[in-house]
Amino acid sequence: MGTGIGARVARKEDARLLSGQAKFVRDLKFPRLLEAAYVRSPLAHGRLKSVTIPEKYKDRVFTASNLSDVLPIRPESTLPGYKASQQYPLVKDKVRFVGECIAICVAPTRAEAEDIAEQVIVDIDPLPPLVNASDAKTRDAPRLHDDWDDNLFLTTAFDGDLEFAEKNATVVIEREYNTARQCMNPMEGKGTLSYWDDKAGQLVVYTSTQVPHLIRTGIAQYLQMDQGQVRVIAPDVGGGFGYKCVLQPEELSVSWVARKLKRPVRWVEDRREHLVAGANTRQHHYKLKAYADDRGKLLGIDAEITVDIGAYSVWPFTACLEAAQAGGNLPGPYALEGYRCKTYSVATNKPGFTPYRGVARPGVCFAMELTIDAIARAVGREPADVRRENLVPGSAMPYTNVTGKFYDSGDYQHSVTEAARAIGLEDFRKRQKEARTQGRFLGLGFGTFTEQSAHGTKVFAAWGLPLVPGYEQAMVKLTPSGSVEVRSGNHSFGQGLETTIAQVASEWLTVDIDKINVLMGDTGMTPYSTGAYASRGMVMAGGAVSKAAEELVKRIKIHASHLLQCDAKDVALKDGKALSGAASVDFADIARAWYLRPDQLDEDVDTAGLEVTQGYKPDIDTGVFTYATHAAIVEVDPETGKVSFEDYYVFEDCGRRVNPLILEGQTYGGAAQGIGTALFEEVLYDPSGQPLTSTLADYILPGPAELPHFRLEHSETPSPYTRHGIKGVGEGAAIAPGGAVLNAINDALEPLGVELNELPATPHKILSAIMDADRPEEVAG
Amino acid sequence: MKPVGFQFAQPDTLAEAMQMLRDVSEDTKIMSGGQSLGPMLNLRLARPEKIISIAGLSELREVDEGEGFIEFGTALRHAEFEDGSLPEPISGMMRHVAKGIAYRAVRNRGTIGGSLCHADPAADWITALTALGATVRMVSAQGDTRDVDMTRFIHGAYRTELNSDELLKSVILPRYSSSAVWGYYKTCRKVGEFADAIASWVADPKKRYSRVVFGATAGAPIVSIPLSRQIAVTGIVPSKEVIKAELERLAPDLDRVKKHLLAVALQRCTKQALNHD
Ligand SMILES: Cc1cc2nc3c(=O)[nH]c(=O)nc-3n(C[C@H](O)[C@H](O)[C@H](O)COP(=O)(O)OP(=O)(O)OC[C@H]3O[C@@H](n4cnc5c(N)ncnc54)[C@H](O)[C@@H]3O)c2cc1C
Repeated sequence: MGTGIGARVARKEDARLLSGQAKFVRDLKFPRLLEAAYVRSPLAHGRLKSVTIPEKYKDRVFTASNLSDVLPIRPESTLPGYKASQQYPLVKDKVRFVGECIAICVAPTRAEAEDIAEQVIVDIDPLPPLVNASDAKTRDAPRLHDDWDDNLFLTTAFDGDLEFAEKNATVVIEREYNTARQCMNPMEGKGTLSYWDDKAGQLVVYTSTQVPHLIRTGIAQYLQMDQGQVRVIAPDVGGGFGYKCVLQPEELSVSWVARKLKRPVRWVEDRREHLVAGANTRQHHYKLKAYADDRGKLLGIDAEITVDIGAYSVWPFTACLEAAQAGGNLPGPYALEGYRCKTYSVATNKPGFTPYRGVARPGVCFAMELTIDAIARAVGREPADVRRENLVPGSAMPYTNVTGKFYDSGDYQHSVTEAARAIGLEDFRKRQKEARTQGRFLGLGFGTFTEQSAHGTKVFAAWGLPLVPGYEQAMVKLTPSGSVEVRSGNHSFGQGLETTIAQVASEWLTVDIDKINVLMGDTGMTPYSTGAYASRGMVMAGGAVSKAAEELVKRIKIHASHLLQCDAKDVALKDGKALSGAASVDFADIARAWYLRPDQLDEDVDTAGLEVTQGYKPDIDTGVFTYATHAAIVEVDPETGKVSFEDYYVFEDCGRRVNPLILEGQTYGGAAQGIGTALFEEVLYDPSGQPLTSTLADYILPGPAELPHFRLEHSETPSPYTRHGIKGVGEGAAIAPGGAVLNAINDALEPLGVELNELPATPHKILSAIMDADRPEEVAG
Repeated sequence: MKPVGFQFAQPDTLAEAMQMLRDVSEDTKIMSGGQSLGPMLNLRLARPEKIISIAGLSELREVDEGEGFIEFGTALRHAEFEDGSLPEPISGMMRHVAKGIAYRAVRNRGTIGGSLCHADPAADWITALTALGATVRMVSAQGDTRDVDMTRFIHGAYRTELNSDELLKSVILPRYSSSAVWGYYKTCRKVGEFADAIASWVADPKKRYSRVVFGATAGAPIVSIPLSRQIAVTGIVPSKEVIKAELERLAPDLDRVKKHLLAVALQRCTKQALNHD
């Protein structure tokens, strides 16, 4: 079997990743390397009065006053009413969250750098902290940014028509939903190593990022250098999830020191720094009013979404992306006519909001899916049926929804039908009844969503971002020995892109992926790409590789026709050979002729060569939509509040599957993270804004024993608008578990009068809710 | 998260270790398995000048099987109890408890004595060994030995009876008869994480022994004499109301969810014990 598109092949990169041969930032070795540690703010909010550095460390510690030639990170947005924040890589005047970097200390080892950091004294005048968005939103709340007249980065309003809904609804559901603040916890945290290369006249920055080319642009902009003076290299990267798709203040301060000292400097984030200064995602609040008829048909939604942004806007995605996505995606896969939505992006004393796998949709899906189930309960119908009937039907595709999202293809209702069948809905209801008579509480929940993937220029431009993705480029070439090399400015950080783009090249060039070398992540060696985020890697880099490979095939055929003495159109490729009738030449022969023995080629040979770079964008800019339904069966122990899984099923359609094995891995991993969101993960703060979850003993991540055995099935509805019909899928599985699992818990606990509308559903919350509902005779069974 | 600089000593014998302990100041720390001290060092909550490693001292890894008791050396590891390579004072209980501590990687190094000295309120051994009526044996740098009962060894969260020039040498457990029963139940957020609530009940009719202990409270394990008596006399699982009322008396400051979980843990562990044969 070949290794082209659709092949279920193991990942090329696994050999090095699994045998400890990978090179992460932490593994790099440089002579005279200095390690950095930061002095971080111990307070959530306050005015920095002074930083006192012991005399003997004056040349080892740097503060904002040293970095005076570095511009503050100030992402602008063209959205009306947006307020920009200014984040100095080292605090200049005001600290705005616990863990914010105040000074950078360097020494030959990290331990020594931490010793120095301990001896630096910071004097901060405390200010009242803004610990939650609802307080920060009020008129008389203290200001986080002195020059603002409130604490709102942005307010948006989508003013649809709710008149029909209001008039005709027989059921009105009002709910408030909360999702917790989370940390993304990639296995490898942030890490940056910079040095000045005199020969190249370049600052070379090795950094653990998903977006090397963007970081190059960002570093050049904020360090006020020419982009030609900056080379960014993303080596092996141990997970990203969005955490590494933005410019990191540390990338600026480390680079500045490296340039200043003319020595390599490295900083590697540790888990505690991550859990404190990286607590930057997922926290939403919803106030939602849903209108439905007596069959549960959704007539309208009136929503108010508040996003707890934290202190700063990130570059380049800004503080607006989350709320813009939330407001735009709340209706999700549902055919909804009436929609009104206000969003508030609120500044608080926490690390600045960063898009995490699924971006906003885990929140909106949670809110929407719980609402659907609440409606189903109110009208006394099976939630699966109410859900199915409300989804956009396959016959309506392509479909433009109430917020203007263009759903390109698929049959959303079918995914619910399949999930209900696979999970054994009817049989389950019988078992559930029986179990209740034995004092056992089983529940079933569904979560259905769409995953907008590879949304491009127009979408990002509409979000007002300072940087907008456009054409993705890739280079594919035949090397002098006849093997294939692919170069992409996108990056592979655990999601398997290194293998899957090789598969795309393999599809065209008929060469096994073992013989295809993939170079990624080095801005000095790869064509420009805005990088890997928004489930765009496979669609965009895959599409660009496909286009470049197609062109290379043309050129190979022309060269082959010289050697085979035939017409180029009569040449076919197979197993890395060019064939014409019974005659054939190896790619090696073709490459040798072009690179080493051009005398063998005719005078009129095509001089474009065997290295091809092409740019690509799908036919539509609005994204292609993957969709799925998750179904979970849980048992809740009403005495301990523990939730255990009996079954977890996913039905998904992500268009053409380039590599089913990698796709399954992405789905398992995403769903596991989603279960973390549903049941475990939560950054907690005390009233002064101190994080209480600064180790993994307090911030609980699910482990293998906490996860269900996931069952997956796929259908394939190729997108009509992308090369090979590919849709993105990297984020999707993290979206639904919050909704599916909470629906299952609420289904289980219905007899106890419990409805939980908050993530994560910890044993403590479940028990408190059961105690508050106070139906002990039901618990006893 | 790197420790402050410290000296690291690895004595070859207990005598040598005691000598070192005599010579040094308050800022010396003993390291056994390092599974609790390690994190404390990395968080710089522990800032010793010197660390004396006792993990390799054979004198602290001995088992002495006497009549009516078994003495376990402090440096025996959780994994050794889990794997059943050590004698058991009561059938199966120590294996069961050891197996539920953390993850195998932690159990491979973490030791029974280290766990007691660390005195994390949510740890397993402090509660289990209190239920088992253990005695701990300490030696001082001067060579004096003293024994105290577990109920007096743990003073509170992370506080014990040990003086800074003392070392925990061993744990002594009474042997139980074949008619003894035990239950040990804990609730955790996640397999391998510290417990939210622990309860244990150990009883031996032949010795007229019955003890109920609650763990993962805010401080030292809590023994309930009335519940110990009640369960022994009635032989039935007490109701949640009764247990909660007792907890209200013993530890009124615990929040309602914690009290509830402790009550559930006790019910489940007594059920476990009463179903044992
Ligand atoms: C991820 C993780 C999960 C864990 N989960 C659990 C759990 O579920 N349940 C549980 O009970 N424990 C748990 N632990 C703790 C673990 O059991 C440790 O092994 C134990 O608490 C300490 O034993 P140690 O031998 O490693 O001691 P060390 O870390 O070496 O020492 C701990 C303390 O005791 C002192 N000390 C050690 N030995 C002596 C001695 N002989 N005399 C005087 N002082 C001494 C040290 O100076 C130090 O202060 C967990 C640990 C980790 C890292």
